[in-house]
Amino acid sequence: MTTPPADAPKLPDDTLLRVEHLTMRFGGLTAVDDVSFDVKRGDITALIGPNGAGKTTVFNCVTGFYKPTVGRLTLNGAGGRGWLLERLRDHQISRLAGVARTFQNIRLFGGMTALENLLVAQHAPLMKASGMTVLGVLGLGGFNKAEAAAIEKAKAWLERIGLIDRADDPAADLPYGDQRRLEIARAMCTDPVLLCLDEPAAGLNPRESGDLNALLRSIRKEDGVAVLLIEHDMSVVMEISDHVVVLDYGKKISDGTPQAVREDPKVIAAYLGVEDEEVEAVEREIEGAQA
Amino acid sequence: MLRLPNERARPSFGRPPPTQETPPADGVFRPALVNGVTLGSIYGLIAIGYTMVYGIVGMINFAHGDVFMIGAFLSLIVFLALTSIGITFVPLALLLVLFVAMALTALYGWTVERVAYRPLRGSFRLAPLISAIGMSIFLQNYAQVTQGARFKPLPPVVTGGHKFGAVDGFGVNISNVQIIIVLLTVALMVAFTLIVSRTNLGRAQRACEQDRKMAALLGVDVDRTISLTFVMGAALASVAGLMYLLYYGVVDFYIGFVAGVKAFTAAVLGGIGSLPGAMIGGLLIGLIETFWSAYFSVEYKDVAAFSILIIVLIFLPSGLLGRPEVEKV
Repeated sequence: MTTPPADAPKLPDDTLLRVEHLTMRFGGLTAVDDVSFDVKRGDITALIGPNGAGKTTVFNCVTGFYKPTVGRLTLNGAGGRGWLLERLRDHQISRLAGVARTFQNIRLFGGMTALENLLVAQHAPLMKASGMTVLGVLGLGGFNKAEAAAIEKAKAWLERIGLIDRADDPAADLPYGDQRRLEIARAMCTDPVLLCLDEPAAGLNPRESGDLNALLRSIRKEDGVAVLLIEHDMSVVMEISDHVVVLDYGKKISDGTPQAVREDPKVIAAYLGVEDEEVEAVEREIEGAQA
Repeated sequence: MLRLPNERARPSFGRPPPTQETPPADGVFRPALVNGVTLGSIYGLIAIGYTMVYGIVGMINFAHGDVFMIGAFLSLIVFLALTSIGITFVPLALLLVLFVAMALTALYGWTVERVAYRPLRGSFRLAPLISAIGMSIFLQNYAQVTQGARFKPLPPVVTGGHKFGAVDGFGVNISNVQIIIVLLTVALMVAFTLIVSRTNLGRAQRACEQDRKMAALLGVDVDRTISLTFVMGAALASVAGLMYLLYYGVVDFYIGFVAGVKAFTAAVLGGIGSLPGAMIGGLLIGLIETFWSAYFSVEYKDVAAFSILIIVLIFLPSGLLGRPEVEKV
């Protein structure tokens, strides 16, 4: 097990994740350029920006998919323990630091049942309880109890996302919207402190999208888990997020409440595709209109 | 390592073992069936190691046949060691040999993965394959150098047999060794199927098989899961090694090659990646070989086995029970 590095900075108690000077280069391409932002405990933070702005790259760095070229990612873990995410191995990011994620293209274990998908997410504690499977096979050492508890938890989540009737169906056979919610439930079964969702509303119809909003709100409220999400659907972003970070061409251009971001001329320029030179003109125009 | 005594007789898969009396003249069908099932059990146990490793890492562990050979050697050494300290009660000795050889061979399997494959993970696809061939040659030479190139005999440990369905001499002789082999294989296959389908480790293995990165992001230690897969495969191979030793009575450093190629064939025939496929493939290869030997010619038994493989693969490219390759996202 990795002990937290001594140089992990102490974050204020209400800050869960601090991203500092994050830069990711792929050869000559700088996908993310010196981005810094905070994620507050218990907040829903949205990461938005036009296509190719580097949102998913930021995600991949936070969740250990990529090792950042430059930058520091500090997670303020349970009991004030700081974790430097860029130094952890991929399975430790979930197990030790408590960061879970979903993908833009769903990555469920299609051949396994919905229930099994949720049990895989509880692998680490079960492995410990089963004494590396040896005791588990022999039925010793409290494994049966741990397994029963894991199944109970998985069932509770299936109940919550309305899939309890399909627990034993292969995940690949579920409708698209159900797969999305199952993937979120699976991420939640790892007991995260931070849940990262990559475009959870993509491809959902308005009703499914509404269900998703309700689920995310309940996750924040009942489980106290902070959510970091990438979303293109502005109605979702504006409706549920507490804090919005806007990226464009790999740089952060705005950071604040949904209201503030919506009125930020740089954001408007980025979304409406104004030339760089015209940004100031647009800014003046907006200021003029407000005055 | 202690050096084992030599033996002159040459063993060969598919031929009736030298320790067995020649079958009585009651036709060749039933003896061939019994021999085929026995041989198929051994192939099947080795094939599971190939298929599990392929499923989870996507590589063919060409050193697996040699891990089987190491298992056979370790069984022989443990047998002789037990005899020398005076444990001669056969069932107890067999049980001890089984567990000790499984544990030691599992250690070999773990080490092979650790030194030869894990450092190459994430490298280009052919790298671990070449490394596996190197490991295979290394293990063969290691056994040859430490034990010598000649055949090492084991005095018959399990003797006797039963005659089933004896009516006017038209029965079938099944030796006790064959009964032990088949029963042990069935027990192990049931146990491993349960491990893969029911336990936490099995779930993690199946998850890694489908999406290794995603499994890691959910907190599954992928490296450890892969290690344990190699350990399980090696343990099964060592049981196959013990069976080979009991059945043929001799081992040498080269048995792993032929057995490995046959078991690999069995895994491909059954559909590589599929556990029941490996068992069925092993059984089929064993039966094809012995029936071909019984009715046609012993010399062409390998030709027959591999021809069937080619025919099956032409019409069923993913094997008997294999799923067609699904595009990975």
